[in-house]
Parts: sequence; C-alpha cells; structure tokens
Amino acid sequence: MTVLDSKVPEGPIEKKWTKHKNEINLVNPANKRNIDIIVVGTGLAGGSSAATLAELGYNVKTFCFQDSPRRAHSIAAQGGINASKNYQGDGDSDYRLFYDTVKGGDYRSREGNVYRLAEVSSNIIDQCVAQGVPFAREYGGLLDNRSFGGVLVSRTFYAKGQTGQQLLLGAYSAMNRQINRGKIQSFNRHEMMDLVLVDGKARGIIARDLVTGEIERHSAHAVVLASGGYGNVFYLSTNAMGSNVMAAWRAHKKGAFFANPCFTQIHPTCIPVSGDLQSKLTLMSESLRNDGRIWVPKHIKDAEAIREGKLKPTELSEEDRDYYLERRYPAFGNLVPRDVASRAAKERCDEGYGVNRTGQAVYLDFKAAIERYGKEKAFTSGHKNPGEEEIIKLGEEVVESKYGNLFEMYEKITDQNPYKTPMMIFPAVHYTMGGLWVDYNLMTTIPGCYATGEANFSDHGANRLGASALMQGLADGYFVLPYTIGDYLADDIRTGRISTDTEEFEKAEKEVKERVQKLFDAKGKNPVDYYHKKLGKIMWDKCGMSRNVKDLKEALEEIKELRDDFWANVRVTGKQGTKNAELEKAGRVADFLELGELFAKDALERNESCGGHFREEYQTEDGEALRDDENYRFVSAWEYVGNPRDAKLHKEELIFENIELKTRSYK
Amino acid sequence: MAGISKTSIARKFAMALSGLFLVLFLAQHFTINFTSVVSPSTFNEISHFMGTNFVVQAILQPILIFGVVFHFIMGFVLDIRNRKARSVSYAKFNGASNSSWMSRNMIISGSVVLLFLGLHFYDFWIPELVHKYVESHPDDPTRYYEETVAKFTGDPIRTGLYALSFVFLMLHLLHGFASSFQSIGFNNMYSKALKVFTKAFAIVIPMGFVFIAIFHYFNNL
Amino acid sequence: MKLNLKIWRQEDAQDKGGFQKYTVDGIDGDMSFLEMLDVLNNTLVEEGVDPIEFDHDCREGICGSCSLQINGEPHGPDRRVTTCQLHMRKFKDGDDIVIEPFRATAFPVIKDLVIDRSAFDRIQHAGGYISVNTSGNTQDANSIPIEKDNADDSFYAATCIGCGACVAACKNASAMLFTAAKVSQFALLPQGEVEAHERVLSMVDQMDKEGFGNCTNTGACEIECPKGISLENIARMNREYLGASFSG
Repeated sequence: MTVLDSKVPEGPIEKKWTKHKNEINLVNPANKRNIDIIVVGTGLAGGSSAATLAELGYNVKTFCFQDSPRRAHSIAAQGGINASKNYQGDGDSDYRLFYDTVKGGDYRSREGNVYRLAEVSSNIIDQCVAQGVPFAREYGGLLDNRSFGGVLVSRTFYAKGQTGQQLLLGAYSAMNRQINRGKIQSFNRHEMMDLVLVDGKARGIIARDLVTGEIERHSAHAVVLASGGYGNVFYLSTNAMGSNVMAAWRAHKKGAFFANPCFTQIHPTCIPVSGDLQSKLTLMSESLRNDGRIWVPKHIKDAEAIREGKLKPTELSEEDRDYYLERRYPAFGNLVPRDVASRAAKERCDEGYGVNRTGQAVYLDFKAAIERYGKEKAFTSGHKNPGEEEIIKLGEEVVESKYGNLFEMYEKITDQNPYKTPMMIFPAVHYTMGGLWVDYNLMTTIPGCYATGEANFSDHGANRLGASALMQGLADGYFVLPYTIGDYLADDIRTGRISTDTEEFEKAEKEVKERVQKLFDAKGKNPVDYYHKKLGKIMWDKCGMSRNVKDLKEALEEIKELRDDFWANVRVTGKQGTKNAELEKAGRVADFLELGELFAKDALERNESCGGHFREEYQTEDGEALRDDENYRFVSAWEYVGNPRDAKLHKEELIFENIELKTRSYK
Repeated sequence: MAGISKTSIARKFAMALSGLFLVLFLAQHFTINFTSVVSPSTFNEISHFMGTNFVVQAILQPILIFGVVFHFIMGFVLDIRNRKARSVSYAKFNGASNSSWMSRNMIISGSVVLLFLGLHFYDFWIPELVHKYVESHPDDPTRYYEETVAKFTGDPIRTGLYALSFVFLMLHLLHGFASSFQSIGFNNMYSKALKVFTKAFAIVIPMGFVFIAIFHYFNNL
Repeated sequence: MKLNLKIWRQEDAQDKGGFQKYTVDGIDGDMSFLEMLDVLNNTLVEEGVDPIEFDHDCREGICGSCSLQINGEPHGPDRRVTTCQLHMRKFKDGDDIVIEPFRATAFPVIKDLVIDRSAFDRIQHAGGYISVNTSGNTQDANSIPIEKDNADDSFYAATCIGCGACVAACKNASAMLFTAAKVSQFALLPQGEVEAHERVLSMVDQMDKEGFGNCTNTGACEIECPKGISLENIARMNREYLGASFSG
C-alpha cells in the first residue's frame, strides 16, 4: 500500500485545493524559461495544458498524430460542459456537482479530486468566454443552460451540438497565441512511441514522424500524457479511428500503474452497426432521450417479422410494443443513466426482441413527442380543434427545431426518415473511465510523468455523467496541472537541458526501431484490421456490457492467442520511411492486444458490479448492479511486470468522508 | 499601384472599385448613345460637348483611360497569380456544380471585351483623334450622328461583332457587378435588392447597346 | 455494387505521381465512401500492394481530417457532408469515380491522397486567438452580455472544420472562406474586438504568404463547404481588412 500515495491534502474538502495550492512549491518565472515540458496529445486536456504551461513561461513541445492539434477527438463531443455556476438559480453548488459526479460514478472515484473538479468548473466557463468560445445565449445576451441525464439541475453550457468543437478551438486558439510567441513548438503528424526514463524520472519521449518515418528523440524535464482513452480496443466505438492507447500503454510498461482498465462507458444511443465492413459508430446525443420513447416489439414473432422486413414498426399497435425502460424504471423512464439504459437494451436484444437486420437494435420513437408538441402548438396558436395531419405537421416542426441537426445526421447515415419511422439505436463503446493512475497532482507512478483528461482514471469512477468529460479535460489542463507540475519541477531548476545523447535515449530508440522492424518482419497474410476486428469482437462479446467469470477467462486466453498470431502472421505493407497508415495501425493494435488482456483481468478480479462494469454473478433479483463496498471500495492500479495477465495489483482504498455510500436506484 | 498590389484583399478592392467606375462610365455612355435612337440632334449636342469640354477631355478622359488599363492589367495579373495557386490541376473539375460559368470565366469575357475595345478604338476613338488633332478639320457640332450610323450601315459583320461583344460584356457584368460589392465588403440587409439591381443592369445596359446597333443597322438598310 | 475507381497515387512529395485504376466489388449503399476505400485497401494489403493513403479520423464529419476530390468535387457530389459521411448510396453500380487529392500549391501532396494543410494552421497562429491568459483570473462569464444574433453568427463561423474544401473547390485555390470564418468568429464578439485590426491584417498577410489564390467571388466555397460557412464572412473580412488598412 505504501506505493500508492494519493497525496490528497488533509482538511475539510472545500479547503483542500486552496490549501494545497498555498503549500506546494513554485518555480520562479526566470527559471521556468529553462524548463522544457512535453505534452502528448492536443485535445482539451493536452491543448489547454500546453497553452497554460507555455503562458507561464515553460518551453512546451506538443505532439499529436493528427495533422493539426485542432483535430483531436475532443472535437466530436456534442452535448455540453457542466459547471456549477448556478446561473439558473436552481440551487446548484460545487457540492451538488461534486455529489452528482461521485454518485453517478457509482462511488468509485476519489472525493478530493472530484471536489476540486467541481470547484474549478465555474472558472472554465469564465475562461472560455474570455477566449471567445461562442456558447449558446439567450435573447438577453446571457449564457443559456440545458439539463443533462442523471441530475436535478440545469448546469450544462453548450454550443448547439458542437460543444466539444468550440471548446477545443478555444484551447487551440490559446495554443496559437503561444505558438506565435515561440513558446510552443507543435509537432503534428508525430506519434509518441515510447517514454524515456533517466534515473527513474520521465525525461523525454521517442516519437515517430509519421510523414518521413524518422524516429526522433525529444527530451524534457517532465512529460504530460493527454492522449485520451482506449475505447478503440473494441474496434467499433464512437472514438476516432486514430484514437489509441500507445502513449499511455508505453508509460505503463515503463512503470506507470494502469487503473481500473475495465471501467468503460457504453453509450446507449448510437446508430447501430449496419454491416461487417463498418469502421465506426456514430453517437446520437443523449438529449434525444428527453423526447424519444424506447421500445421493442412485445412478441418475438413480431420482432422476427421486422427483422425479415415483413413488418414495419409503424404498423405495430401500442399494445404490441414493450416500452421496457418505462416498464422497468417507472420513476426515471427513458432518462435512466447511460449504463442502465445500455444494459436494458442489451437484455432485450439477447432475448431475441431486437430489431434491424442484425437483431442488434431497439427503437427510439418520437411519434408521441410529435403528437404532444403538435397539439400544444395548435392549441397555443388558437387552433382548438386541429386535424391529425395538422398536429403531425406542427409537431414535426417543433421536433425539428430541437433536434433538426441530429435527425438530419441520422437520415444521412441510415437513409431513413426519423420523423416518419422510429430511429434505431444500440449501445456503443464511448468513453473509458479507467486510465493511468495519478495522484492528486495528476502525476503517475513515474516521477515527472503526468496524465490528464481521459488518459487518467481519476474523476469519473465507474461511470461518467454526461457533459463531464469536457469539464475534466479543461479543468486538468487549465487549472490543475499548471499548478501541481511546479511542485515537481521546483527541484529541476538547476538541472539544465536534458541531453538526448545518452544511453537511455539510445536504448529507447533502439527498442522502438526493433519493434517497428518486427512488425514488418512478420510478413504474414492478414491485414492489421483483421486482428483489430477480431480483438474487438472478443472484447465486445466477453468484456462488454455484461461480463462473467467464464467469458472473462476465455477472453484472457483468446486475446493472448490472437496477440501471438498477430506477431507471427500480420502483414504490414509499405516502408518505414514514408507515410504509412498500415504501420501506424499495426503499432496501435499491438498495444491494444496487450491492454485488452489487462482489461479482462481487471474485470475478472473485480467481483462486484458497479457503473459500467456489470458482472452477471453480482446482480440483484431484478437484474440491477450489486456493488460490494466492503471488499471492492478501492481503485485497482496495475503494475506491469511482464505479461499483461501477470500484472501486479495495488489497491488505493477510497475514503468517503463527505458522501454516504448508497445503492443507486432509478425505479 | 505598388501599395495596391501588395495584398490579396487590396487587389480585390482595387479591382472592384475600378470595375464599379467602369460600370458608371458604361451607364453614362449608354445614355448618350441611346439618344441617337430618339433624337439625332440631342446626340450630336451631347457628343460635341463631351468631345470638346475641357474637364471631360483633360481630366475625366485620362481617369477613364487609367481605369480601363488598370482593370485589364490587374485582371490579367490576378488570373496569372490564381493559376499559380494551383500548380497541379485537377484531372476532373466539376466547377459547374457549384458556381456559374460567368463567375469562373471572367478572364474570357473580359478578354472579349478587351478585343472589342480594340475594334471600338479603331472605329471611333482613333478616327476622332485623327479628325481633331491630325487633320485639323473645322469644328462641326453635327457630324457625330452620321459618323456613328455610318459604321453600322450595310455592315452586318461589324454589327454582329458589336452585338456578340456586348453579350460577353453582359456575362462579365452578371458576375462582376454584384461581385464588386462583395469585394468592398458591402453585405447587409440591402444586399439582396442590390443583387437584383446588378443583374438587371447587367442585362439591360449591354442589351441596350445591342439594340442601338441593330436599330441603326436596320434603320439604314 | 461494383465500381471503377481511378485514384491518384504518389509515393511522396517528390514523386510526380499518376492515376491508377482499381475495381471494387460488393459495395453496399450503407457504407461510407471511406469504408469503400477500406475495402479496397484490405484487398490491396492481401495482395501485398501498398494501400492507398488518405487522411481520416473521427468519421463523423467534425474533425476535418478527410478530404478527397471526388469526381471533380470536394467531398463528392452530396452537399453539407464530409467524405466520411458521404454514403455509397449516392453512387450506382458500374459508376466510374475519379479520386484526387485536394489540389492547391499551398497544400502539397504528402502521399497519395494525403495533403499537407499546415498552411491553415499557420494562418491561425498569426492571429487566430484572443490575447487572454488562461490563468482563470477573468471576469464572470455573464458580465459580458452578447447579443444573441452576434453570438449565433460567431458560432456559425466557428463551426468551420478546417478541411480545406473551400480551397479545393475554388478555381483560384483561395483560402478566403477559411480565413474569413476565423476572422469573423472573433470579430463578432466584444472580447475579440480589441485586437480585431491587428488580427485581420496579420492573418490575411499570412494567407497571402502561403500562396493561396485571390477570391473572385465565384461562391463555390460556400456551396461545397460541409458546414455551409456563409460568404457573408468574406464580405465581413474585406470590410474589416479595409477598415484596418485605412485606420493604419
């Protein structure tokens, strides 16, 4: 237990962060000029860290595999960003945001970190507005809010369905300012291939220039990993195609503990898989569940007929439909949290009630909403006795004004008109709560190596609430890391430039080159995607929405076999010395093949159900998650010792002093 | 000129201003020409005034010449620069799917108008200079109408060329006139109405010139 | 469906490059254009041929990575979509499809269909920001009320994904729509007004240095923009620029 010191400061929860900031070491401005920091990843967490660190005076180098920092996958976040501003006067406070986040995470996150997140959340909005982020506004010129799943207040700030894009462009503009000043050097189309340790401290990285293929050494006094999550271990996810775990996994193999890898969020409303050759899943915003009713046919014969195309959903009468969320959770209905909604959809489809050609989809129906809004609209416009056609016309207009862009996107992808026929949706992998273990300062178990944003594990426990990912990324980057990193770097003011001409860099570079060569040497017959798809299928079938001992044990074996086969039979075409997407993919999949095994092991060892982790053996009589606070109220932090499955478990006990542990119920 | 050619937007702006100036000139020219259809004596009067007035001859004419020359030179300079901005061209470029022929081929319509100007100078301006400064004829305020009409009399080819040139001028103006407002940053609640006006102008004025030519041609068959 | 593809292949920036013909079969209408290329690439890898290199990432139309000039139009024949959201149902069995990289001198080809769009980044480095420190010591967000219309217009300008379709569609390879969107996003907000003159001058200056062409107002950029960024932004930038130039 001594290995894991969370470094959460003593004292009352609302004073911890202020106290900590007052007590930690600082680096004076003149000395900051002599200190280099590497930031890997340029999404919300990386972009905001880089900008702020550069502004403070550090010399920053950023790395991203995309052709521009602005393309990082934070850009795809739709819904919004939470902040406890209480602009609506509905009783919101830092404590309430803190409480909702801990509860939403099913009591598997660290109180101190989450409270700090809530505390700085308001600052994020101020900051972003000052930077020119065009948040939605009311006619009075003030900021607008919307509400999101799982909470009782309206605290979500948004910019239509493109909040992530606008926030990322804000962070990128802050980066631009520093790039223009020469304080940030941005290395785009570069991938971090390994972390370099000197005397046990993170002192640099080995990166591959994705255009020339050159393997480069970069040194720094500290390395910040803001490289996002690992949802792509499932092959199909809402992540970008390039999203990968390489940076985090390389750090893990060099000594950073990996925490709670099995905590993965499966988002309930995504467009279902249409065929075997699909590459990517598209999210439909959670906000749709405000007005859409989720159902499947009540009778299996109807479901079969629908799958065969003999029956249309609109032909099914009300009594032949099963609105299963409303049936099972009368209190929250269609607005239960993401993990609950996803599992319920899976349960119905497993029982054979699924629709779509594949049987892997449920309906999200707006007919009732269209009728309700239509009647309302007709009534308010003085039309007391409207005909059915008119009601539908008016109702569709209202729905269009609320969700028009989402409906359009759905139609573009599926070629079906969601105003006329119910949408089909299915859960998909969306976010990973697990990640590199970090202490209160966001430092991993490697001194000088930090992890921020989705790449770390700290704030969301076993399930993340909507609109909280953007908040965490920016909180870490703008307001937490820039302070805490000074505490570590204060010891480095006399170190001077770190030379890359040392044994450690040489060795790391050599290993990277060998690994790359090994990928080419396999000269097998299967493309990289072949392995990625197979891995994804194992993960989805056996480590997905519900897990059990037997499946997880099988997954452990199957992943290992697949990995061995990969290294023996993969075919990587092209050359090392040019742009080579196959080689890039191969390197990433190789790491997923290791992470997947650790993932399965973590899921196997956690003998309870909590949040996104549902173990079939641990459920209540009516199929709800059954947490085991007595035995599993801890963070599983895995130390790499050779094979992923042999990883050594370190437990960080979670202490709840400000929140009482309760069973989540949505009945 | 050096300052104007410095940045892309300044070049655009200069192009737009010179274009707008030429549009004004065109309107004025048309008004005078049109009088030849209605009243030969008015036409003669105005022509004489324009040809002999000191302000018109010594100040406005040089400005006009500068405007014309500038617009053409700048047009060619821009076109060359724009071609350089795409050093490897597309194997397939479906411009018709997203823009009008007029907007994509200003250099062609402009060049036709330039050629026409050559003809026009040969027909009118050079004889006028010769008449005034080389051969030193006595002042004759009534000669303009006949000289003008004579050019079209019995010359279907010239009349045809004249008409064709103005069709190209129309194409040029259909894009250019509205475009110049966009270039000078004029885009507000009046833009829609203005656009309608520019399109109407672009059709009515050149077609008016064509009408005048054909009128005189047929009137003197 | 079966399709005849003519695709630009180019080993690296130095290579002259040329077209290659391929045939793909078994393409389903529900697949995206990039998934169709995935299918082709997997066949190529199995045959031991270098697959076709193209940029892509989010595959949901927001990151702006994907490009491709498809049958003479950026992002293909459909409107308001990026290539990753262009579905194969827009094509017919037996269609011939020509696929080229976005062409502009300022966007040199890196390999095959991958181009270098860092010119866009440099334009943004030149002034695409508001000079405010990220320390969090700013005033309360609601102390700067902003007219909803301006906030909305700023937002619409800011939805630009920086894909480069505007440059690709423009017969002059002009980057005016992109630059104008970036300038407008800030110019429309009171926070951005302070530096507006300096911003527009330096961004336009950088745009010119990158070797983009001049705008001739053909409007192709607006039509082909996957996000429908309005030409009004260009007029606004012209205005801003002239204002800034004349006020010195």
